[in-house]
Amino acid sequence: MSRADLIALIPLLVLGGTAVVAMLAIAVRRSHRLVWAVSTLGLVAALLTLPVALPLVPRTITPLLVVDRFGLYFTGLVLAATLAVVLLSLGYFERQNERREEFYVLALTGALGAAVLPLSTHFVSFFLGLEILSVTLYAMAAYLPERRVSVEAGLKYLVLAAASAAFLLFGMALIYARTGTMTFAGLAEQFDQGAAGHPWVLAGLGLLLTGFGFKLAVVPFHLWTPDVYQGAPAPSTAFIASVSKGAMFAVLIRFFMQSGARDLRGAETAFAILAVLSMVAGNLLALLQSNVKRLLAYSSIAHLGYLLVAFLAGGGPGAAAAVFYLTAYMVTILGAFGALAVLSDGHSDCEDIAQLRGLFWRRPVLGTIFAAMLFSLAGIPLTGGFLGKFYAVAAGASARLWSLVLILVITSAIGLYYYLRVVVAVFATETEPAAGLPATPPLSGLALLGLGALLLWLGIYPRLFLDLIQAAVTGLL
Amino acid sequence: MILVWLIVLLLVAGVLAAAVARISPTLCRWVALAATAFGLLLSVQLWIRNYGALAGFTLGEPRQWLLEFDRPWIAGFGIHFHLALDGLSLLLVTLTFLLGVASVLISWREIEDGVGFFHFNLLWVLAGIVGVFLAVDLFLFYFAWELMLVPMYFLIAIWGHERRVYAAVKFFLFTQLSGLMMLVAILALYFQHYQVSGVYSFQYTDLLGTPLTPRLATLLMLGFFAAFAVKLPMFPLHTWLPDAHTEAPTAGSVILAGLLLKTGAYGMLRFVLPLFPDAAHRFAPVAIGLAVAGILYGALLAYGQTDLKRLVAYTSVSHLGFVLLGIFVGNRWALQGALMTIIAHGLSTGTLFMLVGMIQERTHTREMARLGGLWETVPRLSGAGLFFVLASIGLPGLGDFVGEFLVLLGSYRAVLWPTVLATIGVLCSTFYGLKFVARAFHGPNTNRWALPDLTPREATLVGSMAVLLLWLGLYPQPVLKSFEPSLHWLEQAVSRPVVGFHFQTDVGGRR
Repeated sequence: MSRADLIALIPLLVLGGTAVVAMLAIAVRRSHRLVWAVSTLGLVAALLTLPVALPLVPRTITPLLVVDRFGLYFTGLVLAATLAVVLLSLGYFERQNERREEFYVLALTGALGAAVLPLSTHFVSFFLGLEILSVTLYAMAAYLPERRVSVEAGLKYLVLAAASAAFLLFGMALIYARTGTMTFAGLAEQFDQGAAGHPWVLAGLGLLLTGFGFKLAVVPFHLWTPDVYQGAPAPSTAFIASVSKGAMFAVLIRFFMQSGARDLRGAETAFAILAVLSMVAGNLLALLQSNVKRLLAYSSIAHLGYLLVAFLAGGGPGAAAAVFYLTAYMVTILGAFGALAVLSDGHSDCEDIAQLRGLFWRRPVLGTIFAAMLFSLAGIPLTGGFLGKFYAVAAGASARLWSLVLILVITSAIGLYYYLRVVVAVFATETEPAAGLPATPPLSGLALLGLGALLLWLGIYPRLFLDLIQAAVTGLL
Repeated sequence: MILVWLIVLLLVAGVLAAAVARISPTLCRWVALAATAFGLLLSVQLWIRNYGALAGFTLGEPRQWLLEFDRPWIAGFGIHFHLALDGLSLLLVTLTFLLGVASVLISWREIEDGVGFFHFNLLWVLAGIVGVFLAVDLFLFYFAWELMLVPMYFLIAIWGHERRVYAAVKFFLFTQLSGLMMLVAILALYFQHYQVSGVYSFQYTDLLGTPLTPRLATLLMLGFFAAFAVKLPMFPLHTWLPDAHTEAPTAGSVILAGLLLKTGAYGMLRFVLPLFPDAAHRFAPVAIGLAVAGILYGALLAYGQTDLKRLVAYTSVSHLGFVLLGIFVGNRWALQGALMTIIAHGLSTGTLFMLVGMIQERTHTREMARLGGLWETVPRLSGAGLFFVLASIGLPGLGDFVGEFLVLLGSYRAVLWPTVLATIGVLCSTFYGLKFVARAFHGPNTNRWALPDLTPREATLVGSMAVLLLWLGLYPQPVLKSFEPSLHWLEQAVSRPVVGFHFQTDVGGRR
């Protein structure tokens, strides 16, 4: 590795270093605030190093990683999302009784894994990043062992994620056995020469798709989602919903576009089926939920379906639409779970719709932000979710995927119903005598405000993001 | 630039109103009143200033817009922030601000809780409506179309009556689903236009005349039509309306009936007819049939209601049937009639909702069975009620009459039987109108109501509406003339009256 390689990787190095420093800090002195401050500063520093790496792109570093605009965009997204999670966790873990510090180490390590994923151009780095991410997620989901649901969530995630990793690994092995290469570019060559027709390769691709499906929680691989979303502590759920899924989708885009597997016969059909099932099942199952975390879990399934429609549109426009959608979705879901985290007390999470009744009248700013996030999920104008959905529909329409677009439209109208149920509760006027809501630390409040502002920015004047995404996606093609 | 200010004024005033409500609710009301009144002044002044241009309009003049504001917005997609004003949108914007002022005034005593947020929503829904009337970029139009939904939803869901949540959700789902249909149609048109021209554009004027196969044109037309027909509302897509109108607070009902429904009619005129003239032409018999069905059905159901507000709500279905009939008959008279009905219905039905609101505020009921004999105790309110009911059922000399008469006149020359049936609808309106007056105001005062009569604030409000309706009824020329250039332009765009009726342009409008 040359010096330039190291400079190109500096955001990851800072991130990894921060994780180590945070761990050592815990060893020296158990102080929640100290570890929190170290993590926050480390993440900010890592974000600030992004411009340092930018002039060096695109740069291939060993066969494993490539630092290009696409990768850096997602690295930035992962870092920013992790920063938001950390900022929003302060009050949440302050209210827990014990062992609060390691959460930040886990979040930083998880972010490291997530940041490796969009940069990887090789099965090995892909799998390494994925496992770093997954293993920390087990611990994050089960982080509050006094709560049975949390342990259950961790175990469930462990079993299913390990199974999906096995699928991925086996798929990679099958493909490698036939083609003799593990780099995405090498695979593209092999596919061009007709290797894709071989049963082993086909089976391998199918297994890969299954693995992706598990991590992204698209139907029929979604079964873990509601329980994990519900059981995991709210900050962990926010992390899983935003960072983990975002990074996974990024590597999905890179793998399927760079290896050319997206254009293989059958791949399109498979994605279309997954998309339709996810949109329909996710929205229908969410209708019946009275637990907001479960509801958002099912809604996330539906949103992944919308994302797949954008991705299916193919080429630059499709990928750009998917990346924009993902950006808006990450902001939104962080805001939604962040608000829940801020509202949760030391005993249980704020997750029942009834607990949110009259939130707007008790805490106007928080209520407004939370409602804005819900409107964004529903795709109402002024929010990033609206433009995201617009781009997804536009991408689908440009590729003439009319049936998918129609299903998207109809299911998202169904989806509106359950978002409105929560909104109705938030704005309900007849409230019971207000149970005391926990105070919000100023920085967490600031993070929520920032997410709200970002949501509006994405929804009203997204030019900066569109330019960045355009540049990122162009480099990918 | 003034077009932008019209919207920004409302948006900023909304935020300001919400902010000052913490200090004093009264101040918040004054902020909202000042903003809407200022907007009204601006739009009236725009009208007066441009009246010469509108009235002195000569055939064949190429200029379509009186004012324009155009800036690139999201460049990659060819989306512009493009607002434009012609006679049609000018009058509708004026109506918006007028009813905006009325809504603020009528809520002065009715709304006690969450005053700041109420006025925020009120002003933002008005901003959305103004945006809909001014937008000539289809993306911006859709943006504004969706934007007016959320505040309206809140107005119903928070400050409405007993079944408010149900009504609000129903309203939202109906309009959102149909709106998404329109979005798909807009995008399909956009890509079709790109294929033909190689330019990405959402501009209304660019998309006009995009060549479409008949099948595609019909599908896209239906996408737009769905959104507008739900808003209008057209029978059988009207079922959200009685609930939403009945459960909304008075100001909400006024805005719904007076303005939101009109956005549907406006959309038909501005987009469905010019963008898809042939498809609309083929579809006209269906639309006319449904319009007539709506006229009769609305009138019939209005007669069957026992809740005053529900009764008024169903009359809207009936009256808007006339608008739809006029639009799809499509000759000059019918179109003029449709536009006149749009304005007059906004005033008369809006005021009827205000009067019902006043009755409810005093008696805490809207059930006819519990009312009756109000004339004894509140003669001025009852008199006003009689006046506006008569206006609504089409008494000659008032605005509604002019509109419905013109629609019938136009459609008589195009399609005979629907016209006959629609005329029966006018007859039916007499029944429900008289029932309203007889049950609420006449008869013995069995419940011994002793109520305060109109306050000066209410009297001024109702009085000015009455004056405006009289003006529209007796001297409609200024309004009709202001529509003239838009109609002429529309005819050129459609290139022929929609129903195959040979019609001489020189007769049009000069009765």
